[in-house]
Amino acid sequence: MKTTTALIMIALVSTLVGSAHAQSNRNLLPQQGGEALYKGICQDCHMPDGRGAIGAGQYPALAKNPKLAEPGYPISVVTHGFKSMPAFGNALSDQQIADVVNYIRAGHFGNSYKDKVKPEDVKNAR
Amino acid sequence: MKDFANEKWTRRSLLTAIGLAGGTAAMYDAMLSMGYAANSDFTGPITLQGNAKGASVVILGAGIAGMVAAHEMRKAGYKVKILEFNNRPGGRNWSLHAGDSYTDIGGTTQKADFAPGQYFNPGPWRLPYHHQGILHYCKMLNVPLESFVMYNNAALVHSANAFGGKPKRFREVAADYEGHISELLAKATSQNKLDDQLDKDEKDGVLQMLKSWGGLDKNYEYKKGEISSDFRGYDIPPGGGLQAGPVPSDIMPRKELLTSSLWNALYFPKQWDFQGQLFQPKGGMGEIGKAFGKLLDGVIQYDCKVTDIHQDETGVTVTYINSKTGGAPKTEKADWCVNTIPVSVLSQIPMNVGPKMRTAIDSLPYLPAVKVGLQFKRRFWEEDDNIYGGNTYTDQPIFNISYPSHGFFEKGPAVLLGAYIYRSGMRVYNFEALSAQEQIEAALEQGSKIHPQYRAEFMNGIAVAWHRVPWTLGCSGLWNDALREKNYENMCAVDNRIVLAGEHCSHLMAWQEGSVLSALDAITRLHKRVIAA
Repeated sequence: MKTTTALIMIALVSTLVGSAHAQSNRNLLPQQGGEALYKGICQDCHMPDGRGAIGAGQYPALAKNPKLAEPGYPISVVTHGFKSMPAFGNALSDQQIADVVNYIRAGHFGNSYKDKVKPEDVKNAR
Repeated sequence: MKDFANEKWTRRSLLTAIGLAGGTAAMYDAMLSMGYAANSDFTGPITLQGNAKGASVVILGAGIAGMVAAHEMRKAGYKVKILEFNNRPGGRNWSLHAGDSYTDIGGTTQKADFAPGQYFNPGPWRLPYHHQGILHYCKMLNVPLESFVMYNNAALVHSANAFGGKPKRFREVAADYEGHISELLAKATSQNKLDDQLDKDEKDGVLQMLKSWGGLDKNYEYKKGEISSDFRGYDIPPGGGLQAGPVPSDIMPRKELLTSSLWNALYFPKQWDFQGQLFQPKGGMGEIGKAFGKLLDGVIQYDCKVTDIHQDETGVTVTYINSKTGGAPKTEKADWCVNTIPVSVLSQIPMNVGPKMRTAIDSLPYLPAVKVGLQFKRRFWEEDDNIYGGNTYTDQPIFNISYPSHGFFEKGPAVLLGAYIYRSGMRVYNFEALSAQEQIEAALEQGSKIHPQYRAEFMNGIAVAWHRVPWTLGCSGLWNDALREKNYENMCAVDNRIVLAGEHCSHLMAWQEGSVLSALDAITRLHKRVIAA
């Protein structure tokens, strides 16, 4: 089941291979909603359960990470990148960034921050 | 508004324009597809002149850059020591052979359950003839090289949205683009529509060239017949004796071809990085790293996870723990340090360097990339389709299928590259985010659209998503013009006793040649400082 979902997702991701003639909406990633965004992008490094991972360097755990208390921090990291975290500001809309930050901060990975992030918060952080 | 039409399109101005039109991610793509500044300036092996007076150097990382630095500095009289995270030399120079296994940063272990002699290169896999630096070290290390088939006219070009999703041969696509466009241009020329640009002699020259190059007939038309089939191939090729004579093949309708995206694949054989001749080490790219490791036997200390790098007026102290077992920190002290740790990792390690180098280290994103190796029961691409090496391209996410350039005509299982995903900008993360099993399944599903034999012949596969490689956290440094302008010199400058090296300190992103040239340049500058000290 998981595989099927993933394959449908891949099918939706059409790549314009090598085209130098970019369209403005081309750069936005297709996933909508916090869960789809997390599974489609973030879990690559932060892992499906948000526990992060450690090698020669590390990907920080999102689970119970106190740095998530202030919503401006994850908004900034997702938008502008930080060290080995790439910047997704050009690849995600304000809404998408708000959705994924809300997904991470509330209801998942043991986090339950009450204050929701709005697209305007992201816009102001750009 | 800038008048681009009247401007000479330098590569940089084109990139700038793409950046304006499509944002940074589009520019990254375009840069990669143009192989930006991927020229090698290797001018021959270096000799570090002057007495190092027994100075010591600690080198971080036993990849290509670290081992080049160690070899050359040892030759110049330095006491050298390499600390390496893995338990093998090579770094990203790496091949998975039958029986090898790989554990990603999430703890997923995959085994290369390959037949004897089969292998898969998760990282670098081809050596252009003009990358004379890495080729020099192959020769020095007696690593035997063989041809890497980059371009094969019989390989395939596929678009899900063109020609009913039926793959076409490279030779057909190239011939039909060139034929149709030659015909159009010949018409425009002979109908005097280019008279304001071409004088009579030029017109004659253009027509002569188009007729020959484009496969046009005596009326300057690109038509089904023996002339066009000599380029694109026959339905029934010329035979012997009483066999049927040659039967020409149908050409693809102009409109359907010109409105497809198949042209995207045609640029590869034209591009400097990918023009023949290319090479590969016999037995896998990892042979270079292995041979270098042997040469530096006793110099490299494996399983070292660096946790702190501190320099002062007396030297550099590197603190490390065992990368597998942890345990009590140990230290290695030296007069100087050549640091080849990818900055994706290095940005997380405390190191007292100046703010400019720190900014450079902390600001460089790493390219996402996925490679999938698939083992099949037999070489059906050779046996059924007459494809011997080379690359097939598709507009599906897997992008690239590459057939082995070695072991032609062998019976039994063989491994091909079933996906190489790096050119679709941030969308690569969507593929990286899948589990290895899902990546293999996607490679099979999409590959089946091109080779229907896939499912029946499949044995097993292995997938490497580079952001999940524990010791690089990404494929390669992803510079763009703005970042380079701001940070590149600061990244490469010697900071007191420390200098960085690796492909991320080069203009050859993701190429081993960048690692070689960066190492040679870094140690040359460091050595000057040592001699002057």
